[in-house]
Amino acid sequence: YRNLTHWLKTRSVSVDLNNDASLLIDIPDALCERDKVKFTVHTKTTLSAFQKPEFSVPRQHEDFIWLHDTLVETEDYAGLIIPPAPPKPDFESPREKMHKLGEGEATMTKEEYNKMKQELEAEYLAVFKKTVQVHEIFLQRLSSHAILSKDRNFQIFLEYDQDLSVRRKNAKEMFGGFFKNMVKTADEVIISGIKEVDDFFEQEKTFLLDYYSKIKDSTAKAEKMTRSHKNVADDYIHISATLNTLSADDSTFYLRLYKVEGRVASDQELKLTELLRYYMRDIQAAKDLLYRRARALADYEHSNKALDKARLKSKDVPQAEEHQQQCLQKFDKLSESGKRELTSFKGRRVVAFRKNLIEMAELEIKHAKNNVTLLQGCIDLLKSN
Amino acid sequence: MQSLQKSGDYKGCSTGVLLKLNWYSLVAYLTTVSIIFEQYLWDGVELFYIFYRHFYRPASLPAEDVSTNSNGPKQDSLFDDDPEDLFAEATEEVSLDSPERDVLLSDGPSPAITPITPPTSVITPQSLTVPVSLQIEEEEGGDSFDIHIAVSDPEKVGEFSGTFWHLRDKQDSSGTSLSVFKQGEFSVKRRFSDFLGLHSKLASKYLHVGYIVPPAPEKSIVGMTKVKVGKEDQSSNEFVEKRRSALERYLMRTVKHPVLLKDPDVLQFLESSELPRAVSTQALSSAGLLRMVNKAADAVNKMTIKMNESDAWFEEKQQQFENLDIQLRKLHASVESLVCHRKELSVNTALFAKSAAMLGNSEDHTALSRALSQLAEVEEKIDQLHQDQANADFYLFSELLGDYVRLITAVKGVFDHRMKTWQKWQDSQMLLQKKREAEAKLQFTNKPDKLQQAKDEIKELEGKVQQGERDFEQISKTIRKEVSRFEKERVKDFKSVIIKYLESLVQTQQQLIKYWEAFLPEAKAIS
Repeated sequence: YRNLTHWLKTRSVSVDLNNDASLLIDIPDALCERDKVKFTVHTKTTLSAFQKPEFSVPRQHEDFIWLHDTLVETEDYAGLIIPPAPPKPDFESPREKMHKLGEGEATMTKEEYNKMKQELEAEYLAVFKKTVQVHEIFLQRLSSHAILSKDRNFQIFLEYDQDLSVRRKNAKEMFGGFFKNMVKTADEVIISGIKEVDDFFEQEKTFLLDYYSKIKDSTAKAEKMTRSHKNVADDYIHISATLNTLSADDSTFYLRLYKVEGRVASDQELKLTELLRYYMRDIQAAKDLLYRRARALADYEHSNKALDKARLKSKDVPQAEEHQQQCLQKFDKLSESGKRELTSFKGRRVVAFRKNLIEMAELEIKHAKNNVTLLQGCIDLLKSN
Repeated sequence: MQSLQKSGDYKGCSTGVLLKLNWYSLVAYLTTVSIIFEQYLWDGVELFYIFYRHFYRPASLPAEDVSTNSNGPKQDSLFDDDPEDLFAEATEEVSLDSPERDVLLSDGPSPAITPITPPTSVITPQSLTVPVSLQIEEEEGGDSFDIHIAVSDPEKVGEFSGTFWHLRDKQDSSGTSLSVFKQGEFSVKRRFSDFLGLHSKLASKYLHVGYIVPPAPEKSIVGMTKVKVGKEDQSSNEFVEKRRSALERYLMRTVKHPVLLKDPDVLQFLESSELPRAVSTQALSSAGLLRMVNKAADAVNKMTIKMNESDAWFEEKQQQFENLDIQLRKLHASVESLVCHRKELSVNTALFAKSAAMLGNSEDHTALSRALSQLAEVEEKIDQLHQDQANADFYLFSELLGDYVRLITAVKGVFDHRMKTWQKWQDSQMLLQKKREAEAKLQFTNKPDKLQQAKDEIKELEGKVQQGERDFEQISKTIRKEVSRFEKERVKDFKSVIIKYLESLVQTQQQLIKYWEAFLPEAKAIS
C-alpha cells in the first residue's frame, strides 16, 4: 500500500468543493483490513463550533451511511438535496480474479503469473482509490453546503474521537429504513400522479425522471465497455508472456502495450464511468427532493380537505386551520429551497461533466500518443534488424 | 452354473453380431454421427433441400465443366464418381440401394435415418473454386524470384455446382531461367478440391523423402454447405474471406519452395485451364477413410519404433520443434481470445454510443447536450475502429499462427518419415543377417540349389540394405536443408507479419488521437 499513501499525499484536492477555508476536510489515509476499510478523516477549521482547529478521526463506511441517513431523516432539511451516500467499497471483483489466478498458477509461466498479479494489484489499488475519493467527495459536499455544514450530527461525525457505533443503526432502525424504501416507491406513484401548479417543478420533474433512466442505462453500458477493454488488456499479458518464451524480439513491446492498454481502461473507468455513476446517484437525490415536496403538497391538499370538512361540521376548525397553515408553510419552504437547490444542482452537474469529459479526452490523447511512439519504436527496431 | 452358461451364450450371440460389423462400417457410422451432429446445429429443412436437390439435380460432373447442373437425375453417375468399394463391403448393416434413398426422400427432413451416402454426395461435386493470380517477378541474375499470387473472390457458377476461384499468374520478365512457366500472365479457375488434390499429390511424392510440404487449408463442412446453399450472411462472408486468404497463403508457400515449384503437378495446377478431377479428397470417401486409418496406424507405430539417434542435431531439432509447437498453440489460443474480446469491446462501445446519444438528447443544457452527442459519435467511430482492429488481429496474426501450427505438424511428420526410413533399413539389415546365418547353416547340408537360392537372396538383400542406407542418408540430408530453409522462412514470415500487425495498431492509435482531438474543443465549449 505504499502506492496508495503516495497517491493520497500527492493528490490535488478538488478545488471546486474545498475552497472555503473555514472548513477543510480530506481523507489523507486509509487502511484496508479484510472486508473493512478504515478512513482517516482530517479536518482543518476556523469555526468556533469545533473544539480544536485541526483534528483527525478514524471512520468506517458504516459511519458515513449513518451520517447520510440522519441527514435525510431530518425534517428541516426536507427542502435540500442531500448528497448521495458513498457506495460500499467493493473489492469483490479483484478478489475473485486473484482467487482464479491462484488456481491457474500452475498453467502459467512465472513471468506471466507475476504480470497478472501486478495487474490485479493495480486493479485493487484502483478500487481503493475510487472508494476514498467517493467518501471524500461526500464530506466535501456537506462542508461546502451553507446549511448542511452546520448540522450537529455532521460536526459529531468530524469530531467525536470515540467509536461512533453506539449511535449507529440497530436492527430495528434498519428495518425502518427498509420500510422507508418501500414508501419511496409509493412516492414515485404519487409524484407522477400529482398535479403540478408550478411550471418550474413540472419541467424539472419530467426532466429528472427521463434523465435518470437514461443515465442509468449509460452507466451500465460504460461499465460493460471498460470491462471489455480490461479483457483485451489481459489478453495482451498472455500473448506477451508466450512471445517471451518464444524469445522473439517483439516480446518487449507487448509487455509495455498491455500496461498501456490496461491503464487506458482504468483511466476511462475512473473518468467516464465514475462521472456517470456519481451523477446517477445525485439525480436520485434530486428526485428524492421532488418526492418530499410532492408529499408536502399532498399533505397540504389533505389538510385543505380536512379544513373544509371541519368547516362543514363546524368541529375542530381552529386545529384544522392551524394544520393547514403548517402544511402550507412547509410546502412553500420546500418549494423555495427546492428551486434554489435544483438550479444550483444543474450548474454543478454541467461543470462536473465538462471537467470530466475534458480530462477524459486529454487522457485518451495522451495514451494514444504514447502508444504510437512505443509501437513506432518497435517497428523501427524490427525493420532495422 | 447353468444360468451363467446361458447368459454366456447370449453374450456370445450379441458379440457375434458385433464382430460382424467390420471395422469400416463402424468408422463410417461414427463419421456419419459426427457429421449429422454438426449439421443438426443447422437448419434441418435446408439440409433436406440439399439432399433433395442433389438427388434430383446432381451436379457431380468433371471439375472444369461448370454448367452441368441442370441435367436430369443421374444417380448412377453419382455413385460411379466416388469409388465406394469400401462402403460396398461395409453394407451388411447399412445398404446403399434405392429403397433406402426413397425412404430418405419421402420421410421428410429427418437426417437421423440418413445412411452413409448422402453426406458424401453432398460434398462430392460442390467444392469452392478459387481465382488465383500469380505474379512472378524475377530478380536479376538468379534463382531467387518473387512470386505474387493473388486469390480473387470466388465465383459461384451455377447452383450447387460449386464456386470457382480464379487463379491469375503473372510473369513480368521474359526469357528467364524460369522457363518452367510458359506465359507471362495467366489466370485459371480452380476448385477447393483441386487445391486439396494438389496437396495430396505433393505429399505423396515428397513427404517421405524429407521435404516439408505446406499443408492445405482445412475443410469445413458446416461453412461450406452454408455458402453453397446461398446463405448470404456475415458469417458466410467471413468464411469465404478466410478461405480465400488461406488458399492464397498456401499457394505462396508452395511456390516459394524451390523444389516444389519445379514439380510438374504444381505447374499443371498453375497453368492448365482444365484439371482432372481430384476424387480422393472428399472427407468421407474411401480414400479419406484410408488416410484416417493410416494416420492411426502411424501413430501406433511411432510409439513402437525406438531409434538409436546417432546424430545429436536431429534429437535437438526434434525437441525444439516440440517446444515450438506447444508455444505456438498457446499463442494461437491467446490471440483467438484477443480477437473475441476485441469484437466484444466493439459491440459494447456501440451500445454505449447509442446510450450516450439518448442521454445527450434528454439533456436540457444545450452545450452539454451537444457535447454528449459528439461523444456518442466519437464512440461510434471508435467501435468501428475496434472492429477493424479485430479483423487485423485475426487475418494477420491469428491465421498466421494457425498456419504455422499446421506446418509444424508437417515438419514433425517429416521427422517421422526419417524414422520410418531408418526402420526399414534396419529391418532389411536384420533380414540380411538372418539369411546369412541360414546360408551358413545350409553350407553343411547337401542342398546345392537351396544354397544357390540363399546366395541369390543374400545378394538381393545386400542391395536392399545399401539402398536403405542411402535412402536414410538422403532423407537426413534433405531434412537438414529443409529445416534450415524452414527456420529462415519462419523468421522472415513472422517478422513481416508482425511488422504489418504493429503498423495496423499504430494506425488505430493515430485514428484514436484524431477523434479525441476533434472532441476536445466540443467538451471545452461547455459553459
